[in-house]
Parts: sequence; C-alpha cells; structure tokens
Amino acid sequence: MDFLTLFVVVPVLTIVGIIFTKDMKQTRMVSAIGMSIQLLLSVALVFMYLAERRAGNTSEMLFAHSYIWFESLNISYNIGVDGISVAMIMLTGVVIFTGIFASWTVEYLSREFFISLIFLSTGVFGFFISIDLFTMFLFYEIAVIPMYLLIGIWGTGPKEYSAMKLTLMLMGGSALLLVGLLGIYFNSNAGGGDLTFDILEIAKVNIPIEAQRLFFPMTFIGFGVLGALFPFHTWSPDGHASAPTAVSMLHAGVLMKLGGYGAFRVAMFLMPEAAHEMAWFFLILTGISVVYGAFGAIFQKDLKYINAYSSVSHCGLVLFAILMMNQTALNGAILQMISHGLMTALFFALIGMLYGRTHTRMIDQMGGLMKVMPVLSVSYVIAGLASLGLPGLSGFVAEMTIFFGAFQHPDTFHRILTITAAASIVITAVYILRVVGQILYGPIKDESYKKFDDARWYERLSTGALIVAIAGIGLAPLWLSDMINESLNPIVDQLVQVIIK
Amino acid sequence: MIDFGYTIWIPLIPFFMFLILGLFGGKMKPMISGYLGTLGLLVTTVLSFFAAYQYFFQRTGEEAFEKIIASNTVWLNITDKLHIDVGVMLDPISVMMLIVVSTVSFMVHIYSLGYMKGDFGFSRFYSFLSLFSFSMYSLVVATNLFQMYMCWELVGVSSYLLISFYYEKPSAVLAGKKAFIVTRFADLGFLIGILILSYISGTFDFEELTNPEGAMISQGTALTFMGFSAISVALTLIFIGGAGKSAMFPLHIWLPDAMEGPTPVSALIHAATMVVAGVFLVARLFPLYYLGAPDVLTIVAYVGGFTSLFAAIIACTQLDIKRVLAFSTMSQIGYMMLALGVSGYGDHDGLGFMASMFHLFTHAMFKALLFLGAGAIIHSVHSNMMTDMGGLRKYLPITHITFLIACLTIAGIPPFSGFFSKDEILVAAFHHDKVLFFIEWAVAGITAFYMFRLYFVVFWGKETHYHHTPHESPLTMTIPLMILALASIFSGFIPFNELVTSDGHGFHIHTEWAIAIPSILVGIVGIAVAWIFYKKESGIPAKLAASLKLLYVGSFNKFYIDELYMFITKKIIFNRISAPIAWFDRHVVDASMNGIAWVTNSISDQIKELQSGQLQKYGYVFISGVILLTFAFVYLWFN
Repeated sequence: MDFLTLFVVVPVLTIVGIIFTKDMKQTRMVSAIGMSIQLLLSVALVFMYLAERRAGNTSEMLFAHSYIWFESLNISYNIGVDGISVAMIMLTGVVIFTGIFASWTVEYLSREFFISLIFLSTGVFGFFISIDLFTMFLFYEIAVIPMYLLIGIWGTGPKEYSAMKLTLMLMGGSALLLVGLLGIYFNSNAGGGDLTFDILEIAKVNIPIEAQRLFFPMTFIGFGVLGALFPFHTWSPDGHASAPTAVSMLHAGVLMKLGGYGAFRVAMFLMPEAAHEMAWFFLILTGISVVYGAFGAIFQKDLKYINAYSSVSHCGLVLFAILMMNQTALNGAILQMISHGLMTALFFALIGMLYGRTHTRMIDQMGGLMKVMPVLSVSYVIAGLASLGLPGLSGFVAEMTIFFGAFQHPDTFHRILTITAAASIVITAVYILRVVGQILYGPIKDESYKKFDDARWYERLSTGALIVAIAGIGLAPLWLSDMINESLNPIVDQLVQVIIK
Repeated sequence: MIDFGYTIWIPLIPFFMFLILGLFGGKMKPMISGYLGTLGLLVTTVLSFFAAYQYFFQRTGEEAFEKIIASNTVWLNITDKLHIDVGVMLDPISVMMLIVVSTVSFMVHIYSLGYMKGDFGFSRFYSFLSLFSFSMYSLVVATNLFQMYMCWELVGVSSYLLISFYYEKPSAVLAGKKAFIVTRFADLGFLIGILILSYISGTFDFEELTNPEGAMISQGTALTFMGFSAISVALTLIFIGGAGKSAMFPLHIWLPDAMEGPTPVSALIHAATMVVAGVFLVARLFPLYYLGAPDVLTIVAYVGGFTSLFAAIIACTQLDIKRVLAFSTMSQIGYMMLALGVSGYGDHDGLGFMASMFHLFTHAMFKALLFLGAGAIIHSVHSNMMTDMGGLRKYLPITHITFLIACLTIAGIPPFSGFFSKDEILVAAFHHDKVLFFIEWAVAGITAFYMFRLYFVVFWGKETHYHHTPHESPLTMTIPLMILALASIFSGFIPFNELVTSDGHGFHIHTEWAIAIPSILVGIVGIAVAWIFYKKESGIPAKLAASLKLLYVGSFNKFYIDELYMFITKKIIFNRISAPIAWFDRHVVDASMNGIAWVTNSISDQIKELQSGQLQKYGYVFISGVILLTFAFVYLWFN
C-alpha cells in the first residue's frame, strides 16, 4: 500500500476499532490513539515531502498513485500531493487531533459521535490527497454528510433547524458543483482522446471558453458556498452555533477550507480564462464578505455567532486572495486557510470549554473569567491576537502576504478593494477586544464562577497543540511559505499565460 | 571593522525572558521573576552601552557614521525580489535609541521591584515588560521598514496588555482597548503606506530607501499613485501611523487614558520609548521625506506645532497628576515632530533633525524621572489627584528634589539638559518658519507654568489631611530617581551635533543668545506665575478660570475630542453601520435562503396531493386528461 492511502485507511481502521469498544472511556482512547497516529503521519508526510523535494524531485505531484476503479467512465482513485495539499493535510491532522481531546467528555452516544467525527475527517483527508475530480467529489460528500447527524443529534439549541439548513445549503452547492465537474469532464478531450477526471490531464487541454463561462461560476459558487461566499454564508452562523464543539472546530477549521482549496485547485486552475474574465464580479462579493463579516461580528452577542461572522470575514479573504490570481496572493490564500483553520479551531475549542463551565455563550452574561481560569483565558487572548493579526502569530503572516499580493494589481479597482480589505484589520481588533474585555476582564460576574476549575489536562493538550502550531507558523513562516510557493509555480504559470493572452 | 554580531542578543535576551516568565512565571515566587527580568535587562543594558561605545568612539578615521548591518536573515519571501528580513542595523539614531530604551527600561525594572511589590500578577508584569523591551529593541534596530512595522504592532500589544494590567478595573480595560484600536487605525495608514512604498521601490530596506543617491529618491518622485505623487501619499500615510503612536492631534485621545496602567509602565512606554516611535519613524525615513516629499514635512511640522500648543493648554487645567504629565508628553513630542518638520538635510542644515533626536534623548530622561517621581508620590498618598496632595516636600525629600530637577529641566532653565535641546529646536524653527517659532516659544512658557503648577500644588501649597503620614519610598524606587536626575542634569552636554546628525557628518553649533535669552525668560515668567498662583493657596486661579470660562471649560474637558470620537464610533459605526448589517443578514440574506426552502416545501406539499392513493381521484384525472387530449387532437386535426 502506498503512503498516502494510509491517510484514509487509518481513520477507517479507527472507526472499526471504535465499533468494538464497550464504553466511552475505551471509545475515546481508541479515537485518541487513531488520531495521534494520523497526526504523526501528517508530520511525517511534511518531512518526507521536504526531503523528496530537496533530493531534486520536481514532478508536480509527489507520492502519486493511480488505480482505475470505474473503467467505462475513466474514473480512477488517483492520488498525489504537492506542497499545498501537504500543508492542508497537516492542518487537518492537527485539528482532528485536538478535536478529539476537545470532545473528551461527550457521554451521550459517544461511540456514534466519535465514529461520525472520524468518518468526517476521512472525507477531508481523502479530498486533499485526490487529484481525480470524481474521487475528490466523493470524498467531499463523505465529509459533508456526517455533519447533519453530528449537529442534529449532539447539537444544542435549534439543532434540527440548523442541521437541516446547513446540509441543504451545502447540498445545493454540491449540486451546482456536480454539474460543473461534469461540465469539465465532458470538455476534457478538446484535443481528442478519452474523457478524463484527472486534474493534471485536464490542465493540459484548453476547455473551450464558452464551456468555461458556463461551468466556472457553477464550480466556483459550488465550492464557494462551503467557503462562506457572500450571500451564501448564512448556514455558517446558525450551523456553528448549534454544532457541538469538535464539530465546529472541524467544520470551520477544515471543512470550510475545502471550499477555498477546491475553488482554487479546480475552478481557477482548470478554467483560467473564465476565471480571469469573471474575477471582478467575485472579487466584489468576497470584498463584501470581508468587511461585512467583520461588521456583522461587532454586533453579535453570542460567542459562536461572533466567531462565525469572523470566519465569514477571514474565509472571504481566502477567496478574495485566490481571485487576485498571482503567486503572492495565492500563497497568502493558502497561508490564510491554514492560519484561519488553526485559530478558529482554537476559538471554538475554547468557546466549548467556557460554555461547559458557565453554561452560556452570551458575552454580556460573562465577566472576569481571567481571574478564575487563567490558562483558558490566556489561550483565548492568544487566539484573539492571532485573529486580529499580531506579528509572531500565524494570522499576520497570511494577511500580509495577501495584501502584498493583492497590491500587485496597479489599477484603481483592485487598489480600492485591497485597501477596503485591509481596513478589516481595524474592525477585527474592535470585536476581538470587545469580547476579551467583556468576558475575560472586569470584575468576576458571578460568585459561582469562583468554583470553576481551570483547564484539565486534555483541554490543555488540545489548546496547547493549536497554540504551538499558530505561534510556530507565526514566528518562522519561511519554510511553509516556500513549500507552498514552489508548488504554486505550475498553477501560476497556467494563470499567467491566460492573463498575458 | 568591529564585529557587532553580539548585538543580536540585545533583543533576544528579553524575548527569552518573556517566554520563561510567561510560561513558568506563575509557578515562581514573584520576587524571583522580578529579579530574573531585571537581570536580563541588566545584561542587555551593558551590551547596549558597550555597542554604543564601540560604535561612536572606536570607529576608524574621521569619516561619517555609517549604517552597519550587524545581522540579517530572511524571514519571509513575498515576491521574487521583495522579501522581509529581520536583523539588527546600527546607525547613530538606532544606537542612541538603544541607550534610551535600555536606560529607562532598566530603571523601570528596578523601580518596579519596589513599586509593584505585593501586587497581584507581579511575574505577569515582568513578563510583559520583557515582551515590551524585546519589541522596542527590535523596532529601533530594524533593518527594514517591515520589521519595524511588525515590532510596531508588538509594542502596541505590549502597551495594550500593560495598560489593561489591572484587568479587574473596568476603566483600565476600556483604556487598553481604546489605545489599541486608535493606534490600530493609525497603523492601517502605516500599512498602506508600506504597501505603496514597497510597490514602487521593490524593497523594504532602509539602506536602499533612504540612500540620497539611491534609485528611490532620484527616480521615485516621478511616480504617481491615483493621481498624486506616490512618495508623498506613501509618506503621508506612514506619518499617520507615526502620529497615532506618538499621540499627535487628532489621534492623541488614547494617551491620557493610557495612564490607567501602572505608573512605571507610563514612564517607560507612554513617556520615554514607545510614544516617541513616531518621531523615530520619521527620523528613520528622513532623507526620503526631505528629498522625496518635502511637502509632507510641512504637514509634520504643523501637526507637531499644533499638538504641542493644544496639549500644553489642556495640561494647565488637569487635576490628575499623571494626566498632566501625559499631556506634557504629547506637547514635548510635538516639539520633536516640529523639529523634524523644519529640518533640512546634511551638515548644519540638518540642525532640526539633530535637535529632534537630542530632545528625544533628554525628554526620555526627564519625563521618565517625572513619571517615576509621580509614581512615588502616588505610592505614598494613594491617589492620583492633585487635590489630595499638598506640602509633600517635608515627607518625600528625595522625590521632592529629583522632581524639582525634572521640572527645571523641562522648563528649559540652563544648565539642565532640556534647555540645550529645546533651544536647538527653537533655533531650527526660527530659521525655517517664524509662526512655528512663536508658537513653540509660547509653549515653552506654558510648559514652565503647568509643570510648576504641579510642583507647587503637590510639594508646597496647603497641607492636606492624610489618612496616614506619607513616607519616602524604598531604595529600589529612589535610586532610579537619583540616576535619572543625574541624567537629566548632564545629558545636555552630550555632543549630539558631533554624533547624531542627519547624514552622519558632525557639524559645529553655537548658542544663539538672541533666541536663548527670550526662551529662558519665558520659562522664568511661567515659573513665576505658577509661584504666585499656587505656592500658597490664592484665589487667582479660580478668578482667572471664571473670567476665561470658555477656554477653561474647553481645556478642562480636553476640548471634547473624546466625545466626538464616542459619537462617531457609538452612534455612527455601531448603530448606523454594524446594526443594519446584522439586521440585513438576518432579515434579508438569510430570510431569502429560508424563503427558497419555504417555497420548495410548499410546492412539494401541493404536489404530494397528486399521489393521494384514491382510485376515484386517479380515474377522474385520467378521464379529464383523455377528454382534453381528444379535444386537442380533434382541434388540430381540423386545422
């Protein structure tokens, strides 16, 4: 078996292991072991990838393998990774690992919970290793569907409504996406020969411009729904608010990145002419997302809503950067996906931990938590500072790369958009500091707070791992940025050819 | 060639100290973490002084001081040619700043051992101080504009954390938030300025940006950005960033509130080091400003001049001693900005530049002394308000003498250092712009007045009834006061004209008595007026306030700038932008999504009626269909 397939096999084996467990303690132990292996595999993958590159392997995808599994339509299980997918896999590995520890105390139907959660992660890992459109789509659906169960069963508040809303909107996106992918498929033999789902093969042919004009928006919006593209983002606040902690972490941390990753790897890469033509329209939408999400967050009172709107703003920045279509901005987009994935996972983990103690998420009902649980509160401050782009933490690196990339366009339209997007860093500071001031600082709100205990070991492990990742990227971003940059070359070449034409 | 590689440890030691104290401080005995932090700073102070000694006095030959890159590594690649480095660059102003930062920071570290003793979060305090020292050191030795921007943000966040240090006090939390957001807003200008500047120049490096013969200055002026000169736009935006950090009007509103932080912090961050970062930024890019966009320097000069007058007027009516000092800081920074604005470049033309750096140095010493002295006063009477003080000279002899020295220094009385640096600024202003000169001359008088108002009310005046007898502070607090007092007295004799100049070449200066004597006189008049008004309790201030009611009320309320900002943020941004967006999102965007779902639902409700399972209904529909089709066919057939 090849190395990459392990990323799908290990979660499946873990699920099988969970089926045979008897109680919650065993279940979570098996899950923790399985996902620790998964995390180690992701770390190993990074090192193997870098070693391979250093050894001079310049092919576009490394560790590639291909097995045909549906011959008449030429669908294959075709896998391989470049620096971008390696980075995303690393992110997923960290988030699912910390997600397990963040849901350490789920008692209700714990076996089913962990199975769904890990099943979801299988889809995500599969998505990132695929370079076959159909297989990719399959994994994508695998990742989306357990979400319905996870929110509907283990959620809080109006969970059925939220689960339904989230699933239906994402399914709507998938429907568009499927049409788009099939459109690409049926145009993939422009030079004669077999139809194919292989991304690298399709990239070599020119899809006719008329077809691109039809299928690019479908694919882009299809992925964009998952990436919280305005105005298709409203599933996000409701969905996150109802979802259990680990699901929010995984969903905002990783699943939303599938949208950005797909929009870039499929929609932009395969249909660059149409992308170039229509970028202005989507740039306006994403520009709105960035500012609108941030302003929306100022007004919210529920911690999860604040973070959901903040995600709309930050993920808007991802799509915004992708549409800028140059190497620096794309690099920034990938960095932003990773950075946002880590810090939003940290936020949701912490919100879950606070909620577990105070039983409220309303910021006006909390206060003075710093005094009673310093470790959790300091972690929250760090997450906040990462979110508002403090140098030394990952958000800063990503945002700056995006702004520099976007600023490469000398025309007024792009200039105004870039400056508008950059202005969001001020608004972000407003809502982050408002929350920190309200819930962590100030006098202790309630006498009962004094009984709260600070972070338990599994909570420390979960938040600690995320903080280390955030600070690690923030302090030494060079290796990551260079790894991504190198893999962007073929993609940018493709885009540049179009722009010159 | 001297190897300056060791200077990398000047920022790094505080950084590691921050990590150690931040991670393990909670488990240490508080005093241990205090001693650790102080020890770390002692080492960096020694290194800084040694580096300064080597840089200034061990150079080979008599040629100009040059920029020395002691270390530099790539931190992030942005594009093929644009990359962000981090490193250490030594030149006259960065070496001078190393001395300022290390001296004041070290004094504050020692002082806080006494002042903060027994406070909750003692080790947290020292870890934040270390974080600040790290950021400030890296800022002043930055090799490129982007490194400076990063450190700029980091000093901002250290300032936020330290202002909100007493986080259980709502006013401290609000003040921290305000400081961070206002400076963040200004930093947005800085960031966009950097974006423009790096776009047109393709580099962040100071060496290339500020080289008078470099491509940037010789060719950059012709470039345009959205119809304006690109360099002017970029430098104006960068100056906005500097104005925010240096509390220039109208971005000053955060500084008075920042006094909510512990007093040693006010001395270090909000008087001596961080708030002068804006001045340092303009000085750092000075050749670019002067040769690339001289029009922007006029803005700098007038903003500085106006702020110094504005703040001095407010300082006359404030009752909280820390706020008086905060406005005084604003006013003095206005002086420095103005001096840069009126300066030329090269040799004696660069007098304003030299004067600005000179004043930055002396101001750091005497203002830190004033704040630490104020801290000692507050420590002994447990209040910030001047109304709670009076006659303290008997109880606090050391504080009294050192405070008096600082007051004389800031009032510009020779031979204290403030006289020399302020005099150079006045000379530079006189030869450039007479209006600015008269403003600054008047401000010198007002400064002497409000400082001695403070001095007389606190140390003379009527003795208030104290709950317990005020007592002099411990040695950890008085020794820094004495050291800084010595620095305030003697730093005026440092030959800045030989060492810290705009182009690295020394030049000769001579005292222009025609300017010096009026400035001394106006200082003495200010002191005299304060003596008459406040030495003994007199009715004159109240009468004067009544007759100048409008000015007095305006000044007492800081000319309502805070209220204006409050109006804009609360009423406009929060209620008129944010609230409608939240509403729009719920009731329009989301509602239309729910609407689609509802339409689908109801249509399917209608359709499902068809599958009712009733045979009669099916038969009825079938027959109707047959009849309809028959009619249709018949009709078509006959046509």
